[in-house]
Amino acid sequence: MTAAPQKAKAGAEKIEVEVSAVVPLNDLVTRFEFKRRDGAAFPPFSAGAHTVVEMQDAGRTRLNPYSLMSDPADQSIYAISVRRDDEGRGGSLFMHRNVKVGDAMTITYPVNLFPLDLRGRKHVFLAGGIGITPFMAMIAHLERMGGAWELHYACRSKALGSYADELSSRHPNKVHVYYDDQKQAIALEDLLDGQPLGTHVYVCGPQGMIRWVHETAQTHGWPDENVHSEEFLAPQPGKPFEVRLCKSDMVIQVGEHESLLEAMERCGVDAPFLCRGGACGQCETDVVEADGEFIHRDHWLDDDEHASGKKIMPCVSRFVGKALVLDR
Amino acid sequence: MSKFKFPESIRSRPVYGTLEPRSGKGHLMIADAEGAEALLDLAAQDAELFHAAHIIFIPKGTGETFVEKLRSRQPAILHVAPSYESSIPRIRRVLSDAHMGLQVYLAGTEGLMGQAQNEAMNAGIPHTAIQTEHRGSVARRMQCVHCKGITEDVMTDPFVCSHCGLNLFVRDHYSRRLAAFQGVRVDAEDPGNVPEPVELYK
Repeated sequence: MTAAPQKAKAGAEKIEVEVSAVVPLNDLVTRFEFKRRDGAAFPPFSAGAHTVVEMQDAGRTRLNPYSLMSDPADQSIYAISVRRDDEGRGGSLFMHRNVKVGDAMTITYPVNLFPLDLRGRKHVFLAGGIGITPFMAMIAHLERMGGAWELHYACRSKALGSYADELSSRHPNKVHVYYDDQKQAIALEDLLDGQPLGTHVYVCGPQGMIRWVHETAQTHGWPDENVHSEEFLAPQPGKPFEVRLCKSDMVIQVGEHESLLEAMERCGVDAPFLCRGGACGQCETDVVEADGEFIHRDHWLDDDEHASGKKIMPCVSRFVGKALVLDR
Repeated sequence: MSKFKFPESIRSRPVYGTLEPRSGKGHLMIADAEGAEALLDLAAQDAELFHAAHIIFIPKGTGETFVEKLRSRQPAILHVAPSYESSIPRIRRVLSDAHMGLQVYLAGTEGLMGQAQNEAMNAGIPHTAIQTEHRGSVARRMQCVHCKGITEDVMTDPFVCSHCGLNLFVRDHYSRRLAAFQGVRVDAEDPGNVPEPVELYK
């Protein structure tokens, strides 16, 4: 379910915004705040939702998902926090280098792939680095509702702990910050032990951290339904390859530094998407014919589907081989 | 043999599995009558897990048949209750004291498993994480959709509502919230035209 109205084109419905503030938090992370250009109120969003930010970078359209971190009850503003990734594909660098207060930008309606389970008796948040962002909105929401929560936030150092001070001073008994450079670490086993029945745990951070939390919770007998995670993948570069799209009746080339989804969009194919990070399942595409190897990187398809060679998620997955024909 | 294979039915109808040992911080087992056999099978698979288990057992018609067998497998606690209703305060107390990582195992009749599952769900455990295994009677706990009264241990279709006296036909339409199947008046259009009752699954 999405908050977006019925859509005629791929992706969630769009909102025209103006950058109302650019707030550097530390060496790596900057907060960007948006106002609507038409002056209307933003649609309300549920905590955990993300928006896809459209960047016009020298003739190239970049679309990156970012968690909304502002207070969901504040419809006058949407805010995201972006960690600069110098090794990445360039979206975060564009945000840091090119985006200024007053710039006109386009973002999508919020889509939530990481919602709170409001049946939960208690919510335990585990954040790694920039993974703190969705929890900012969740904490605001639960504080308003009077919900029970606690946050365990691991970051590299005091200097890079975005929002750590603000959160600790506002909620001194609920926020626990762990600094890698002081050899502090989340004592996961201890903190899973003894949580009341009906507790839900949420993790947002690097892949290793997410796997660690899922596996530890499972060995402690936690139901899968009580462990939630979100990780957006950025498409990885790879060897260029050629794809035949049979519905569109065209042959397209996927370049080294673009994803299959981006290549389709560049060629004018209206391919469905929502998260662009291998999580939401919206871009799932049937394979008609393939002679070669798939490089599956998504979190959507299960292992059997990956092995079957019948489906691909064009937002993050690639192909190496002689021929690939897709039903698109 | 206490096992019965239910025929395929509509989606609403609960499907039961086979209890298996699962790692966890506590183990609560609730069974009635032949459901004890499923617990004994579990004990045979993992004696250590069984030593940590809190068992609530309602013998119903089986009397003493299973009580000593269960006790000989040395569960941490074996509580034998005269009826499901009488065991509810204990079930609630155990759940309210429990922490995440508790595993719940239910075995026996559908009425018992449905009601105990409801208690565990209300305590915050998702129903998909609660293990169930049907054993023994195929009798059903039925709700009359007209008067809302519950009739326990229904063995025939149609049957007479124990509250309002209507003749009800036994549906596979199930309510997880009520832990009951729905019974609908069988002679609504032609009052008095009630088919001969047939034993369930005969």
